Amino acid sequence: MISQQSCEEVSVSKERIQIAPELFEIMPPEYQDLVSRATYGNENRGWKDIGTSKELIEEHSLCAGCPESMAFRYILASLPNPENTVMVGSTGCTSLVFPHVAIHNIHSLFGNQNAVASGLKRALTVRFPNRVKDVVVLAGDGATVDIGLDMTLQAWFRQEKFTTICFDNELYANTGGQESGLMQKGFVAKMAPMGKMFEKVRLPEIARESGCHYVVSCTVSKPSLIEKVIKNAVLIAREIGPTYVQLYTPCILEIGKDSMEGLQEMRDSEKPTGRFAHKEYMSEPAKQLLADIAAREKDKKAAAMQLVAQEV
Amino acid sequence: MENTSVIGTKNKKGQVYTDTAVMMNEAPRTLSFYTGSEVIKEAIRRASIDVMIAYPITPQSEAAALIGELFAEGYIGDYFRGESEFAVMSQCAGAAFGGARVFTTTAGPGTMRAMENFPMWAGARLPIQMIVTCRGINSPLSIQPDTIEISYLLQTGMLVWHAETAQDFYDWILKGYMVSEEPDVHLPLALCCDGFFVTHTKDVVELTPADMCLPPYDPYRSPVPCMDMECPPVRMMRDPFVMKSNYISYATHASWQQEIWAAMERSRKHTIKWLDGLIETENVDADILIVTSGTAVSQGREAIRLLADEGIRVGLVKIKCVRPWPEDEIREATKYAKHIIVPEFNVVGWMAREIKATIPNHERVIAGPRVCGGMTMPPEIIVEEIKTALGVRSRAFTGRG
Repeated sequence: MISQQSCEEVSVSKERIQIAPELFEIMPPEYQDLVSRATYGNENRGWKDIGTSKELIEEHSLCAGCPESMAFRYILASLPNPENTVMVGSTGCTSLVFPHVAIHNIHSLFGNQNAVASGLKRALTVRFPNRVKDVVVLAGDGATVDIGLDMTLQAWFRQEKFTTICFDNELYANTGGQESGLMQKGFVAKMAPMGKMFEKVRLPEIARESGCHYVVSCTVSKPSLIEKVIKNAVLIAREIGPTYVQLYTPCILEIGKDSMEGLQEMRDSEKPTGRFAHKEYMSEPAKQLLADIAAREKDKKAAAMQLVAQEV
Repeated sequence: MENTSVIGTKNKKGQVYTDTAVMMNEAPRTLSFYTGSEVIKEAIRRASIDVMIAYPITPQSEAAALIGELFAEGYIGDYFRGESEFAVMSQCAGAAFGGARVFTTTAGPGTMRAMENFPMWAGARLPIQMIVTCRGINSPLSIQPDTIEISYLLQTGMLVWHAETAQDFYDWILKGYMVSEEPDVHLPLALCCDGFFVTHTKDVVELTPADMCLPPYDPYRSPVPCMDMECPPVRMMRDPFVMKSNYISYATHASWQQEIWAAMERSRKHTIKWLDGLIETENVDADILIVTSGTAVSQGREAIRLLADEGIRVGLVKIKCVRPWPEDEIREATKYAKHIIVPEFNVVGWMAREIKATIPNHERVIAGPRVCGGMTMPPEIIVEEIKTALGVRSRAFTGRG
């Protein structure tokens, strides 16, 4: 289902942002780096490219050691078609990183990200009927589950073809650590002075029931896992329907940890009995799509091997 | 450069993309007898809309559903029902960020629910057109005509026009995009009318040919980048302004806000060209003027006719464009008036306040008559207000006072 044409268009898109040689020297270093070193157009791009170019978030303005900064970098490195991807964010810590990202991104209001993405995806489909334009939503748990829940779910009900990623830090981090719907029961936080009175909202299950074709809940302790999950989520959303990825990105500040302790916190939470044990759901059409893609890649590898063997 | 003009070519429905000035000012017009809702549909048929997003709320539901029929016929790129006005206006924003020509309609409580979006639309320079079929917003629940919601739109940074008739509506929907989409404007337009009085009554309207349509929107004439990854997506800033409490941050926000209002100022010349002025005037040398907008203008015209029968001469100022506010035009038009009557379909009298803040000797302004909650405005109560101002005895009306 992923057409040859879409692959050709990828390279066309990279052509579009080339700098005229006469103007190269006066362009901002980020732009020079983007056209000369970016991973755009590289089909095998992934988390191992982090650190090789500025477009994969050279700097960020989050707290030192914030797991969200790791998650952000893994996700950007894993997008299968960044040169034709538009991201939609929301208010919160994520909105502090988006200005550094070399992908068009929209911040409009708090909580309306899935509504914005619905309109955006449809507009891009109308304007570019023969090209692939991926839309990816990335927002915090307050935006996704509390203030924006209506629009999160309605986009899934309508089978809007984009990926929703939720950075779950189990509270409102950017405003200083208030209770959120994804917070654990009993956690004492601002606006929950007696401890949170109700259970963590089970959005992954709700996502499955709401029509998402691929739902994953995990931490961001393993970059290779995030790479696979993000690629799957984007490809399935592109071809079939909505996908949802919920990533534990603990707010080390608000849970009383030091900068170096974010990774361990995630590892502690992802044990088989932990609340962020890796869970995955896939619809039948999604399974079939991934199987098709895997088969095609296998064929490609076999053909390459054959070529190498012949040359030897 | 290669000539990429689409003027003269056909869209998939066989309509010819036509120069807007030719289509609106020169092409033959056909007389029709339609409701206001049907007139909205006919304008949108010719507006080359990429995305329309709908939500039911009286009295705009019929128009929003009729545009769905246009989508089914293939005149519109995409169309769907959103889940609330807040969501719909955000969906409109997303579509406009993605470079689409976007249309939507709302009314009363819907306008209020969506309100957070409107300054965002203006701030993001999205030239979305929103029809507002005004109705009451108070509790107890009301669905009746009432123009109070316009006053809430005045400080959002949106262009705000107030149509009197279905003909205004038809022409202004099409012309509105021409003003909104100018690169030196690029702001959203709230095109308002009085619900029911305009939407649900039939009127004779002159339509442009159905086989002509507006040139498509070109998102690359926008003063801000279109979010479609077709231009370089380099890092915008090192430190997001939202987190900074320093002079550069304040200056950035301040200049951005000023630019929105400067863009609104720059819209004047385009609006004057397309609407033939921000206001329309009749007999402004008279001592008495009726100055207002919307269907209150129509009622004012009737009052003027009744008073003429009694030998009292009254002039008229119809305010077509409320944002940008036609300050110079109103000062000029009212310079001879001794009494300025401002009839309004809302309880607060926002139009009278705007006028008082504009002209010298504002004690000349009589902020009324005002009706609200769906009350009609018989021309006789305007007549009575004028006679009271003149010190002329008039018959009291049963049921009033």
